[in-house]
Amino acid sequence: MATEAHAPPRVAFYNDPRFRGIFYQLALFLVVLWLGYEFVSNARDNLRAARIATGLGFLDNTAGFSINQTLIPYTESDTYARVFLVGLLNTLLVAVIGIVLATILGFVVGIARLSPNWLLQRIAGAYVELIRNLPLLFQILFWYLAVLGALPGPRQSYSLFGEVFLSNRGLFIPRPLYGEGFVWVVVAFALGVIASIAVRIWARRRQQATGAQFPVLWTALGLIVGLPAVALVATGVPLGFEAPTLRGFNFVGGIRVIPEFVALLLALVTYTAAFIAEIVRAGILAVSHGQTEAAYSLGLRAGPTLRLVVIPQAMRVIIPPLTSQYLNLTKNSSLAVSIGYPDLFAVFAGTTLNQTGQAIEIIAITMAVYLVISLFTSALMNWYNARIALVER
Amino acid sequence: MTEETVTIPTSGGALAPTLRPPAATVGALGWVRANLFNGWFNTLLTLLSLYLVWLIVPPLVKFLIVDAVWTGTSREDCLAEKVGRPVGACWPFVRAKFTQLVYGFYPWDQHWRVDLTFALGAALLVPLLIPRVPYKALNAVLFFGVFPVVAFVLLVGGVFGLQHVETRAWGGLLVTLVVAVTGIVVSLPLGILLALGRRSRLPIVRTFSVIFIEFWRGVPLITVLFFATYMLPLFLPNTWTIDGLLRALVGVALFSAAYMAEVVRGGLQAIPRGQNEGAMALGLGYWKMMGLIVLPQALKVVIPGIVNNFIGLFKDTTLVMIVSIFDFLGQLRAAFADPNWSTPSTLFTGFAFAGIVYFIFCFGMSRYSLFVERRLATGYRR
Repeated sequence: MATEAHAPPRVAFYNDPRFRGIFYQLALFLVVLWLGYEFVSNARDNLRAARIATGLGFLDNTAGFSINQTLIPYTESDTYARVFLVGLLNTLLVAVIGIVLATILGFVVGIARLSPNWLLQRIAGAYVELIRNLPLLFQILFWYLAVLGALPGPRQSYSLFGEVFLSNRGLFIPRPLYGEGFVWVVVAFALGVIASIAVRIWARRRQQATGAQFPVLWTALGLIVGLPAVALVATGVPLGFEAPTLRGFNFVGGIRVIPEFVALLLALVTYTAAFIAEIVRAGILAVSHGQTEAAYSLGLRAGPTLRLVVIPQAMRVIIPPLTSQYLNLTKNSSLAVSIGYPDLFAVFAGTTLNQTGQAIEIIAITMAVYLVISLFTSALMNWYNARIALVER
Repeated sequence: MTEETVTIPTSGGALAPTLRPPAATVGALGWVRANLFNGWFNTLLTLLSLYLVWLIVPPLVKFLIVDAVWTGTSREDCLAEKVGRPVGACWPFVRAKFTQLVYGFYPWDQHWRVDLTFALGAALLVPLLIPRVPYKALNAVLFFGVFPVVAFVLLVGGVFGLQHVETRAWGGLLVTLVVAVTGIVVSLPLGILLALGRRSRLPIVRTFSVIFIEFWRGVPLITVLFFATYMLPLFLPNTWTIDGLLRALVGVALFSAAYMAEVVRGGLQAIPRGQNEGAMALGLGYWKMMGLIVLPQALKVVIPGIVNNFIGLFKDTTLVMIVSIFDFLGQLRAAFADPNWSTPSTLFTGFAFAGIVYFIFCFGMSRYSLFVERRLATGYRR
């Protein structure tokens, strides 16, 4: 009797969770398989009917259009593969500069939102609320059409020290010219960086052993700035600048930053910084006030408290959402297509797609590139996050 | 025990009169000193902030209100040379383009259908948002189930004697709201399903969900819209012709569903396992456990995240402009191209107007989410 009572109750096979699990999964798998098959066969028929070539052969064809910002040499007779590369580099350029500037601005605004100064706190709050509640595309168009479009022509351009000029043709900055001995300056800079790292390691060991502190920051600053400066003077200053000069109706010389880049960068930086500011604020608020008080009671001053106690703990909260903001900025840079900045999306999924009509290949490649950038950045930040994560028992 | 005598210092036998605190530490002056001018650094910050405010606010007020032109019929009325004074915002431009910004190219004599849809939506949405109004379940069914159908029939037409209006004629705020509302209504259930799939114990279901979510989250929305516009027609039988707006809607819905799934997953993870186990012990099946026990708690936790997603979705609707669907921003850009209204202040006026409209929608949503959050934070508040 007792053994009978403990026997598992008999259920119909269609009520058995294991059978149900297998059945549902099989059904899902078959549906997805069928959809995939339908897509592929439809695509084959449609492509044949529309006489569109397939495959990646188009990458070797001549592009035949010009691009107004190229980081590598490019002419109209180059191939679509080259176009892809030019676009990718332009995307990475705006993403990297944008991430650096947005981080700086975001941290400044985030800390300003926590400032004891009432007025500053309110201004930072208003900035965050205003920027976060307006679409990014709206802001890109605003900067490009309204602000940069309203700039005067080259003859009336705004200038800074007669070296930097801002007009509706873009931003003109001096171009550095490197002389013969400049390589020694670079070597000195590298030596300064290596020496700083060595000093830091030594100072840390000494502090752990004896408790004596060493001014690492000032030493490192002196090494990194001082050594190249000495090298520069010793080699007879082999560095010059070619300033842009107005000739006729436009500037010659210097480096021209196209207005599309300026507008896109301004919009991306101000937009992302508003989100980063909120992340920073939340991160700092997440560190309980007891930590600050404990640090004060140990005799630490405000600076070291922030640097040694609050920020390391806040970073744990800040890093994961910060990563997704970096990814957002990179993905949002594809909105460049709306104002004609030649990023990957504009030149490849835009112009190249129009010219060749090979939608499947081009959109798949474009998506794959963004996917790879996303996954790579997440992997990098996950590694960093794991490094600084709280080690629990 | 004997009590110690306390001697109070007195002047001539009587208590000294209570002095008022120093004027510089109380009232408005005290507040200003304590908050704005305590220490040289804070003073410097205050002065810089004041300079910033002075730099931004007076010109803005001057442009938008003081110097603005309020009435007029053409660009002539907004040109400084013609008016004879500095000209700020050119509001007649907004008035002239207003119908285009709201209805797009929807036929003039059919505008009442759009108005009726807006009115119906507002009439159903407002009571849904006010907690005190009764019949919430009926209201929700009407808004999420019946209203989309009615709105579809009203806007598209072709039945009940209503003239058929192609979606290509739609535009402006109408398209913005159609895309946003469809995205919201579709992405929430789809996102919940995906989140459940990602937390499922069935390996194939989980794998598909993870791939789906990570794929859409890894690519920019604009590539998704291009995918939906140029690639989707190739994948479907060539006898099917899908409307351009519908394609964009599919793209937006799939994209936002992936983001919604991650928000919901966060909520599911915040619910202790004991809740699942308790439901199972009561003999509830999977769907009853999720629908009655876990999801109500999980969704409550992530309401701020969901509303943030809605705000993001609303802002992202502007991207349909890039695939040639003229939403609010697209119509604005088209209106800028009108030579009849090209004045130096037209662009700033248009952006100011559009900015105010977008801000009202997004800011309203975020304030409402704060309100709901505070109302629902019952279980965790001490």
